[in-house]
Amino acid sequence: MTTVQNLKTPNACNWCPGCGNFGIWTAVKEAAAKERWNNTNSVIVAGIGCHGHINNFIELSSFEGLHGRAIPVASAIKMVNHRLNVMVFTGDGDCLAEGGNHFMHAARRNQNLTVILHDNAIYGLTTGQTSPRSPHGFKSKSTPMGNLDEPINPLTLAISAGATFVARAYSGDIPRLTDLIIQANNHNGFSVLQILQPCVTFNKIYSHTFFQENTYHLPASYNPQDKTAAFAKTLEWGEKQIPVGVIYKEDRPSYEDQVPQIKAAPLISVAAKKRNINETLETFL
Amino acid sequence: MQPFSVKIGGEAGFGIMSSGLIFSKVATRSGYHVFNYMEYPSIIRGGHNVMQIMVSEKSIAASYKHTDFLIALNQQTIDLHVSELSLNAGLMYDSATCVLPKLPKGVTVFDIPIDKIVREIGGSFIFRNTIAIGAAAALVGGDIKILKDLLAEGFAGKSKELIEKNFRVAEAGYNYARQQYANKTKPILAIKKKKQKQMVIAGNDAIALGSIAAGMQFAAIYPMTPISNILHTLAPLQEKYNFIYKQPEDEISAINMAIGASFAGARAMTASAGGGFCLMSEGYGLAAMTETPLVIIEGMRGGPATGLPTWTEQGDLRFVLHAHQGEFPRIVLAAGDANEAFHLTMQAFNLADKYQTPVIIIVDKQVCESHFSVSPFEYNKYIADRGKFTVKKQASYKRYALSKDGISLRSIPGVGNHIVVNSDEHNELGYSNEEAKNRLDQMSKRMQKLATCAKEDLAKPELIGPKDADVTIVSWGSNKGAILEAMNDFDNVNFLHLTWISPFPTEAVKNILHKANRILNIECNSTAQMAGLIKEKTGIGIKDNLLKYDGRPFFPEEIIAKIKKML
Repeated sequence: MTTVQNLKTPNACNWCPGCGNFGIWTAVKEAAAKERWNNTNSVIVAGIGCHGHINNFIELSSFEGLHGRAIPVASAIKMVNHRLNVMVFTGDGDCLAEGGNHFMHAARRNQNLTVILHDNAIYGLTTGQTSPRSPHGFKSKSTPMGNLDEPINPLTLAISAGATFVARAYSGDIPRLTDLIIQANNHNGFSVLQILQPCVTFNKIYSHTFFQENTYHLPASYNPQDKTAAFAKTLEWGEKQIPVGVIYKEDRPSYEDQVPQIKAAPLISVAAKKRNINETLETFL
Repeated sequence: MQPFSVKIGGEAGFGIMSSGLIFSKVATRSGYHVFNYMEYPSIIRGGHNVMQIMVSEKSIAASYKHTDFLIALNQQTIDLHVSELSLNAGLMYDSATCVLPKLPKGVTVFDIPIDKIVREIGGSFIFRNTIAIGAAAALVGGDIKILKDLLAEGFAGKSKELIEKNFRVAEAGYNYARQQYANKTKPILAIKKKKQKQMVIAGNDAIALGSIAAGMQFAAIYPMTPISNILHTLAPLQEKYNFIYKQPEDEISAINMAIGASFAGARAMTASAGGGFCLMSEGYGLAAMTETPLVIIEGMRGGPATGLPTWTEQGDLRFVLHAHQGEFPRIVLAAGDANEAFHLTMQAFNLADKYQTPVIIIVDKQVCESHFSVSPFEYNKYIADRGKFTVKKQASYKRYALSKDGISLRSIPGVGNHIVVNSDEHNELGYSNEEAKNRLDQMSKRMQKLATCAKEDLAKPELIGPKDADVTIVSWGSNKGAILEAMNDFDNVNFLHLTWISPFPTEAVKNILHKANRILNIECNSTAQMAGLIKEKTGIGIKDNLLKYDGRPFFPEEIIAKIKKML
């Protein structure tokens, strides 16, 4: 049985005290315990950045790949063994700078993956440079005169690229975050959960207080099936005007639903063995 | 009979290649060996396409410079290739559409009214090639029944009417040529009594089929010349053989997908040209660091940058040997023809699984896209060996457990074992670890795999020809074909053909080259990369190099001339 306790690993956690990753880590373990994710049914794929260390702190099978490349690794894991629950942990730099192309194309394919996007709007592991999520004018080690680039909006991008579950959460609200992780994971298709989190060391703007004061929960009356309304919702960002919750949800066959080779069983359920290709060789005579 | 050289040329987009393939199969089904060499520009329509078909009584894997029979379907073919015509060559054209220049003495001209026949019978210019092939077959004594069989097979699944029409136009071309030039036809393709069953197959197809036979379950390949035909062969066969081919968004994704699939338990591969492999360099080291089995096909064309997209070169040898930062075990194999491409591909999957590391097969465009005539591949003895691999729950599992041979027990997610695979330096469990001792342990473990491979799998290179020779040729890749042809002219030349690049067969090469009287290194690049590698590994410097880097493959004539100069 999966419990929060037995998801522990022998490794000491190395995030800064107060880091938003603690909330995400806790929520993921809570979700795993509730949903019984374990080494017989789940695998996590991480990119590189502070978020990527998570594979050292949670006892679930994992692949920590290269900066920006978690999504293609996860996509193929899902293609060859679609019965596995595949979760991607990625950061704003990892997912939206280095890995932007993969993010867009996996969304387009509606691959049945859960993308947990750790968004602290800064490069933490490399000690404080601007990220694709940093606001215009943001001062950092790489932008001492202020950031000239506009931040990217990952949820608008996700919807327009074809993602079928798009949500936002705040790392400090662990019960709601846990629920959204579970909802994202249960969705059949490409799920993006943007988690607003502070980087207590390098981002002095997006603090816990900032997110607590400026986020609001989508009301029950909000209809996440309305794509146009969802687009508009993703564009909201400002003082007391940052929506959190499920912004967009669509029922569409996932990529894996459409691959005839895996209709009956996962590809790897049959062990790799020599094939007789004589019939095909005949066609070259 | 000397190898007979047929060249068919016309505008790109008009089916020159498929016509050439049909013509060459008329030859193989009549009992001859063929080798088809393609030249074409990097455009889809309007350029000049040429296929050269060598017909020989013996096995052949190179094209000669000269042309014995030129089939010109446009003016450009005549303008560009008339100068290649050999003594007493034949030239087939249509005087209604092309003008002949002053021809060399002895050339026999066959004027076939292709356009007129099209108008009378075919009704559409798409039948031009079929008429031409019919007429050409007649002029070299080809069998019309074999040609019709091939047309029927080629149009299998299409309407009966279309097949009948193809028969009629082929026969019209055939009959016209026979009647008009009855006393000038040559029995080049006269049916032999003893016929060997032969495929006409390109290196790319051999690689694709080798991967399927080896049990490949997942391939992610982004299109790029000269390896695109690997995916063209794989994609339609994926349901039949139960594997997945995926076209990804780029080569970075291709290699990461293949790594993900392999991590999850599938036999996986990717392929690209040198330019795409640049993007894959990052993933190449990831596969090595995470100890994930992977087969990578690297197809060489003229570089750098976009370079010569549709022309051959062997400029990537040093690149694949050094791609990616840091040090890791590299297994690199090189294929010299379709047969080698097939068998090395199959072997590569076993090596990748055994050593849990990426295995590269490097091939030049001349191997990828040329057609070789070979007996159907024999792979009875092959066993798909997955090495130290388990899908059973282990009592205590360590993905990177230290071992004498450097190889740890591999398991896959979903079977109950806690598997941590990590691109960071890691400890035996897979957790990130930067301690000095651990670093040494894990580095040594990974590098040990190369030593184990050298001991257990590295094959001795083949020395072809007499044991004692005045000139010993060293080469690799497609040059093999031209070298073997050239060797027919000498009894004092032998040839060391290298298929293992890394680990390198140092002792074997040293022994052979130490005994050699004179060494000639032959490569399609400008810096003699293999000669450099041999010097690095064996200490033996090679003074005589025959290098070519104009995008064209070696012709036997060039090698013959060089050897004569040396003797």
